[in-house]
Amino acid sequence: MSFLEVRGLTKSFGGVNAVNAVSLDLKEGELLALIGPNGAGKTTCFNMLYGQLKPDEGSVKLNGRELIGQTPRKIWRMGVGRTFQITATYASMTVMENVQMALISHHRGIFSVWPPASRRHRPEAHALLELVGMESQAERAASVLAYGDLKRLELAIALAHSPRLLLMDEPTAGMAPKERVGLMQLTADIVKERKIGVLFTEHDMDVVFAHAHRVLVLNRGEILADGSVDEVRANPRVQEVYLGGGSTFGEQEDADTGQSADGSVDKEGLANA
Amino acid sequence: MDFFVVQILTGLSNAAALFLVASGLSIIFGVTRVVNFSHGSFYMLGAFIGYSLMTVLPGFIGFWASILLAGVAVGVIGLIVEMGVLRPIYKSPELFQLVATFGVILVIQDLTLLIWGPDDLIGKRSPGFEGVVKIGDQLLPSYDLVLIFLSFLVLGGLWFLFNKTRVGILVRAATQDREMVGALGVNQSWLFSGVFFLGSALAGIGGAAQLPKGGADLLMDFNILAPVFVVVVIGGMGSIPGAFVAALIISELNVFGVQLLPQSTLVLMFVVMAVVLIFRPWGLFGRPETLGSHGSQGPPEAPLRAFSGRLWLALAAAAIALTAVPLFGGTFLQVLLADVIIACLFATSLHFILGLGGLVSFGHAATFGGGAYAAALLVQYAEAPMEMAMLFAPLAAGLLALVIGWFCVRLSGVYFAMLTLAFAQVVWSVAFQWGDVTGGDDGILGIWPSAWASGTTAYYYLVLTLGLGGIATLLFMAYTPFGYALRGGRDSALRSEAIGINVRLVQWSAFIFAGFMSGLAGALFVFAKGSIFPTELEIARSFDALIIVFLGGVQSLFGPLAGGVVFTLLQDWLSRFEYWRLFLGLMIIGIVILLPNGLVGVGQWVRNRLGAAPGKPEEEAA
Repeated sequence: MSFLEVRGLTKSFGGVNAVNAVSLDLKEGELLALIGPNGAGKTTCFNMLYGQLKPDEGSVKLNGRELIGQTPRKIWRMGVGRTFQITATYASMTVMENVQMALISHHRGIFSVWPPASRRHRPEAHALLELVGMESQAERAASVLAYGDLKRLELAIALAHSPRLLLMDEPTAGMAPKERVGLMQLTADIVKERKIGVLFTEHDMDVVFAHAHRVLVLNRGEILADGSVDEVRANPRVQEVYLGGGSTFGEQEDADTGQSADGSVDKEGLANA
Repeated sequence: MDFFVVQILTGLSNAAALFLVASGLSIIFGVTRVVNFSHGSFYMLGAFIGYSLMTVLPGFIGFWASILLAGVAVGVIGLIVEMGVLRPIYKSPELFQLVATFGVILVIQDLTLLIWGPDDLIGKRSPGFEGVVKIGDQLLPSYDLVLIFLSFLVLGGLWFLFNKTRVGILVRAATQDREMVGALGVNQSWLFSGVFFLGSALAGIGGAAQLPKGGADLLMDFNILAPVFVVVVIGGMGSIPGAFVAALIISELNVFGVQLLPQSTLVLMFVVMAVVLIFRPWGLFGRPETLGSHGSQGPPEAPLRAFSGRLWLALAAAAIALTAVPLFGGTFLQVLLADVIIACLFATSLHFILGLGGLVSFGHAATFGGGAYAAALLVQYAEAPMEMAMLFAPLAAGLLALVIGWFCVRLSGVYFAMLTLAFAQVVWSVAFQWGDVTGGDDGILGIWPSAWASGTTAYYYLVLTLGLGGIATLLFMAYTPFGYALRGGRDSALRSEAIGINVRLVQWSAFIFAGFMSGLAGALFVFAKGSIFPTELEIARSFDALIIVFLGGVQSLFGPLAGGVVFTLLQDWLSRFEYWRLFLGLMIIGIVILLPNGLVGVGQWVRNRLGAAPGKPEEEAA
């Protein structure tokens, strides 16, 4: 059932094996977290998947079609969406226009001249903004948005061409704890509803443990563990390598239980807002 | 064999001045990220100051002391420019700094004219090196060997400075990461002033040292600018060995080019540059630019709004008023307004790529003059009627933009600016050097409109129709998906690529379209004046458009129109004075420092002040 098949992805910089024979599968509707300590190779993996970096070896197949060797633009057209660690949006356009641009590009209308850009695909853009809870801010300039709202806008943009696969590089970096839970819950709902596969990297273990369906642990460019949240949590090698010691990990676990209670409160708060 | 040795040595000695100026420019850019367009003026000042000193200080010691003192004097002038003009605007967008240094060029030009007069000065021979050296049966001026020695001396000195001294290592560190060096407790403004002094002094020494070979004249500033940019682009911004190697390549090429293809010397160096850029867009010794490494982009632009009913009314009223002008206005007013409209079209076409696309072109005159020359050549050689010439001129300009743009859109920021300037100089040099076809300096005369459009009023209406039509088309394009994609590429190229937009293709298309419209302005211009000269392709013409855009306000669609009106009227008035460049230069510097949002910005400020009561909730929230 997996529609994304990564096999033997390898990349070295000079003498350093940044990523060594990484393989993974992703199913539709699955939220897969890619975690690991700094320098584990997460970003390198991401950049290879999205065509920004050419791997030394390996293949990435999306529904049987090879992604390696394609430009980011081509990969996007093949149905891969992406959000950035530091948001990248058009500051001089409104929220609405930001989404409209993705839709215009999807409908191959960039080089057309009529009608004007701001009149194109409005219903579709509105639906997307509604999905991420941004419709009330549709006519504001993207440059005045709060950071959490920019992340939502990015999600709406990434969903504009109905992608099969969504790559999210540290989706909650730089956000307040409350916003983190809200955004990931939103993502999880969308994934479920639209049967999209999501691969995301994340530093915040609370977010990972609360929302990921499956976790992939990367260490020194190699896959250390691959399994459900509980399996990965219980894995002594992960505890040792990733968190440095069992005692620290225990504390982490306690903190996490407290956090999930907070999380549910936040969800309600969001629904009220 | 001897012939080749002498040729190579001549090339080496020619490279000396080029290397000194280019290395100074490179050092300044490396640390301050400012491309100092007035660097050629520092070179010229070095020559004039050195000349005056040499008439006072006699003998061998006097000669060399003069060169050194000229360097120090120019260094101090550079320091004044840095502290007075650039320091207030380091935080402004890159374009502001570039335009400000252009203001400095104008000021220095007129001050030099004021002090030393208009005549070319012939440099004194260097005492002790008046003669020639015999190499086999070939002769070489012995001063050439001195210059070769000097350039190696400076290269060695700079190497020592940057690798073996604490100050030099700090400068190198600042080149890589300014903020980090600041965080380590180094006083940045001291560092900036220091490199400005050093860089300017090198240009001054370069100017003074070449006196025995080239003398001093008022065209030196612009004449060295294009080769220096070529050298810096080939060598890589910020690299001193790169500047050295590139200066050598260009100079040797020139020496041998004169022997083989005497008509193409100017074009040849640009061909080399183009070849280098295809394979290494950041130069031989340079590093690829990291995004955001330049001056800040300034506050984000407000989203485009649809024209309001009041704006439509105002535009309609303006169009009716312009149509009615011949009923009450005389010939003078109609000719002046035609000039204004042509300037507005020219500037609006630049604003399309510069304002919307973030592509700061410093060579927009290439397509303006290109269109004008295309029309003139068609009339001259094909005896084409005006209508046909006006149809083909924009197409020719668009074709030119297609070629130039193909190279230029690979680059961004200052590299783009320098490359467009260099290409405009290629076009200029073709028009200037290819006298058999273009008439060279004498231009092409007798290009008059068809009979039906030959009256002042008739031609005014033609300019009004085509000019306003062109401007309206450019404004309309801003609202199309294409215009949005262009702005998107400027806002975030990363985002554009991530939603499948080919940023380079969009930019290239916009460059061609802007070139087409600029060519139309050129065609309207040539039939209005009846003649065309290479001056319409000069750097100064490119800067007219830049200043108009800048004066009006980069972030506003109507900025170029407001700027075009004010600038043309102002120039018409100022050019009656002898030292109008001085005034214009000071005015540009003043605007950059005091009115960063241009005329439209001032208008908005006034409007906010007058009707500020409710205010926009959104802006208050932010």
